[in-house]
Amino acid sequence: MERIQDRINEQSPWEHITEGNKIFEAATAREFCTGEWRTSTPVFEREKCKQCLLCVPVCPDSSIPVSAGKRADFDYEHCKGCGICAKVCPFGAITMREGK
Amino acid sequence: MAIRERLSGNEAVAYAIKQINPDVMPAFPITPSTEIPQYVATYIANGEIDTEFIHVESEHSAMSATIGASAAGARALTATSSCGMALMWEELYVAASDRLPIVLALVNRALTGPININADHSDSMGARDSGWIQIYAESNQEVYDNFIQAFPIAEHEKVHLPVMICQDGFITSHGVENILLVEDDKVKAFVGEYEPEHYLLNPNEKMAVGPYAVSNYYMETKRAQRQAMLEARQVILDVAKKFEEMTGRHYAFFEEYRMEDAEYAVVIIGSAAGTCKAAIEHIRSTTGKKVGLVKIRVFRPFPEEELAKALAHVKAVAIMDRSEMFSATSGPLGAEVRAALYQAKSSVDTVNYFYGLGGRDITVADFEQVYENLEKMARTHEPVGMYGYIGLRSEQGKEV
Repeated sequence: MERIQDRINEQSPWEHITEGNKIFEAATAREFCTGEWRTSTPVFEREKCKQCLLCVPVCPDSSIPVSAGKRADFDYEHCKGCGICAKVCPFGAITMREGK
Repeated sequence: MAIRERLSGNEAVAYAIKQINPDVMPAFPITPSTEIPQYVATYIANGEIDTEFIHVESEHSAMSATIGASAAGARALTATSSCGMALMWEELYVAASDRLPIVLALVNRALTGPININADHSDSMGARDSGWIQIYAESNQEVYDNFIQAFPIAEHEKVHLPVMICQDGFITSHGVENILLVEDDKVKAFVGEYEPEHYLLNPNEKMAVGPYAVSNYYMETKRAQRQAMLEARQVILDVAKKFEEMTGRHYAFFEEYRMEDAEYAVVIIGSAAGTCKAAIEHIRSTTGKKVGLVKIRVFRPFPEEELAKALAHVKAVAIMDRSEMFSATSGPLGAEVRAALYQAKSSVDTVNYFYGLGGRDITVADFEQVYENLEKMARTHEPVGMYGYIGLRSEQGKEV
């Protein structure tokens, strides 16, 4: 499927810009890798995790993937490193590390 | 046959809204535009139209709700004045940049500082850079006619820009005049059904409105927005031509009054043009002096080339501003008309007058003095300042 970034990108001339910048596509935020902004990084320690999933709803960027009732490692493409998950974890299973 | 009535400017706009029966009107009351939403609410309460009226808590919300309704796919409008529009400031730019065909009935009133409720153009002139089309009226008839033309301009596929229909607070908004109304079915046919190509409530198309644009996109977006304003020029003329075919009333970017042989001209916006016309008739009948008037109807987009052409043959021009912009030189109209003349390599003498601020009266005698000054300017070629005042008290006496 053709995606918006195939038609409009940072080299596009003004004539290609959609009227009012309207985007005729859903879930385009997925293509925007906000993980590049990160200056500190959450580290997931799987052995300490009790799968309480308190970290999942507090993540502002939906960067903690869950499947079959269990969380997996972070989505570092989108995690901005805000550290809320580390604060909320009751078991010390998430620690923040300096840098990307 | 047209319907003969006598209405105030606010009644005329409300009547046009009733004839159009738009989908959504969020509005907040502010003098002197309050009557417009009040009359519309009455039409709704009486079951005469089925517009959704949204009672909002501020003008910031009024314009936000209008933007939301328009993006959703509704024909949406609001009305305001002065500080009400100042509270919409942020949203005015959003409406234009999102390319939403919203119509705003603006009843011009001085912006606060000091507080004042009377007519001047500081509200809309302050918003001249917001990306809205601006159309001004001299009379109740004109504001009614302009309002009927607003949606066809805004919704044209080459434009998709919001339109501000301006009239002078109290002078036309509350002054009752004879008026010719167009029949309901003709108005409905002229304005047509609104069928947007893209809208948020369309279940068959995914769409996002107003996304963040980083610096790699912002400048190209603004250039694309300018294109709509450029295209609007022809659309405004085309819609005016269609309106003339329906009513016989002619509209363009501006009205040229007794300009065919004029040697001295005034350029002005709004209701004071009527006073100027009376002065022109008096001067011409008593002295035979060739005086004329250019009354700006469309200020955005600015009709630069056409104005320079209309003023090409005159000896001196007075450009009249009903708002300050504190550049310490010209007012907004003065600056733009002078730029148009300069670009056209015109050497006509110009003077820029501030008049009517905060509702100060301007009289036929004032305009007669303006034309005398122009004649003197053209005769002596003595350098005049960049600006002057009409009706200002000063220690030297009345400064014109």
